[in-house]
Amino acid sequence: MKLITAVIKPFRLDDVRNALAEVGVQGMTVTEVKGFGRQRGHTELYRGAEYVVDFLPKVKIEVALSDELVERAIEAIIESAKTGKVGDGKIFVTSLEQVYRIRTGETGDQAI
Amino acid sequence: MKTIRLLRHCVLPAACVWPAAGFGQTLDSGDTAWLLTSTALVLFMTLPGLALFYAGLVRTKNVLSVLMQCFTICCAITLLWLVFGYSLAFGESAVAGLVGGFSKAMFAGVGVDTVSGSVPETVFAMFQLTFAIITPALVVGGFAERMRFSAMLLFSIVWVTVVYLPVTHWVWNAEGWLFVMGFRDFAGGAVVHVNAGVAALVAALVLRNRHGFPSTPMAPHNLTITVAGASMLWVGWFGFNAGSALTAGGAAGMAMLVTQISAAAASLAWMSMEWIRFGKPSVLGIVTGMVAGLGTITPASGFVGPAGALVIGLAAGVLCFLATQFIKRKLQIDDSLDVFPVHGVGGFTGLILTAVFSATAGGLGLPEGQTMLGQLGVQLIGAVATVVWCAVATFAILKIVNLVVPLRVSAEDENQGLDITLHDERGYNL
Repeated sequence: MKLITAVIKPFRLDDVRNALAEVGVQGMTVTEVKGFGRQRGHTELYRGAEYVVDFLPKVKIEVALSDELVERAIEAIIESAKTGKVGDGKIFVTSLEQVYRIRTGETGDQAI
Repeated sequence: MKTIRLLRHCVLPAACVWPAAGFGQTLDSGDTAWLLTSTALVLFMTLPGLALFYAGLVRTKNVLSVLMQCFTICCAITLLWLVFGYSLAFGESAVAGLVGGFSKAMFAGVGVDTVSGSVPETVFAMFQLTFAIITPALVVGGFAERMRFSAMLLFSIVWVTVVYLPVTHWVWNAEGWLFVMGFRDFAGGAVVHVNAGVAALVAALVLRNRHGFPSTPMAPHNLTITVAGASMLWVGWFGFNAGSALTAGGAAGMAMLVTQISAAAASLAWMSMEWIRFGKPSVLGIVTGMVAGLGTITPASGFVGPAGALVIGLAAGVLCFLATQFIKRKLQIDDSLDVFPVHGVGGFTGLILTAVFSATAGGLGLPEGQTMLGQLGVQLIGAVATVVWCAVATFAILKIVNLVVPLRVSAEDENQGLDITLHDERGYNL
């Protein structure tokens, strides 16, 4: 089992969600985060006081997957999240040791 | 005696009503109704107008501190007014035109049926109270996000006593030395705006900059409530200026009209300056321009005509914009909410332009025998006297208060935010 963490541009969230649903992904957790990689911040101006805002709003999606789905899911995310411009985000793949469904107590692939 | 002195300053007695109490004239229900309304409008300017305007401009962690400051000032100054404030401002001069005595302390002699001009004296006193409340509330902008609450409270009380009350006496009491000189400040250019602006600047210099200013981003956390507050200020200002006519008639009508014109002109002027200089018009810019326009027309509102108001508004938008850039970017003084460049510079400019536009562009005229140059001289004396007294006294008061309780919170508390550290509260528990 794998845990996929994808940091994407916020306005791409709906596209990514739909794309993942199409490849058979059942659920996900979404968090609003701030971050930057190579994308530079932007400037805001308030009564002449200029601020460079480094941290840009992003969305982090976490999905637990059985190994067979991983490649398709990653493709789906990349295709739906990509704009071609700097700041599109990253995907991190980590090994998931165990998963439990709280309601039933199921574990492993049954719980995903 | 007082009636004669009054008429000397007015071309049209009906158009020029000065808030000198105790005439014992007949009660006019129209005047009374309007002044009652104006009182409510001006209080509304502070609560919640100014409170929201300022609250939105500070960072999330300090939103409550600003609201608390405005609210507490309203309450404290109300009691101060009762005990001795009204008396020192509008009572009989105790020190030759400099400050009143205690003849009206605890509202002695002011009963249900006491009349001042054509309104009950209670209404006049209430109206003036709302001015005494908003002035220290404006000063809050100079030390926002770093002043200790206890120090602020003590400072505000002493400042109103030592600065606001005497200046009010000079300008609006028939025995006041500026009043006698023919100084024209219809609704508070000197009394409110120059006072507040200078005090805020001094406070900003004494308390010094917020930690991280100007490199750390300190963006307004909620411009939506700032604009809501600004809108309330605009509407409330009709009470501020048109109410200062103390009558319900042509004088109030003209004051309202010129107020609106100046606000609109200044808003567009500031917006244009911003558009030209920075490439985009902003909502913070346009509402700040509006405040500048309103502050600048304030002393002139009973004396100028619509054309004059247009020029005053445009001048306010441009000058206050440039002043803000100068203080913020060039001098890098942390007058957090720009009280000095907007109210201080605006009020001063308005006082000077009052002389110019009383006599021209449809103005209501100058006193008999006075020339524009002569009036200009008087305006300058009054404006400068206010600046000097306010600056010196504010500095002294801050230094003395600092001996009792430190003015500024600790660096750690400032970093955490005043809401939590001073009030154990969070503005938003979303």
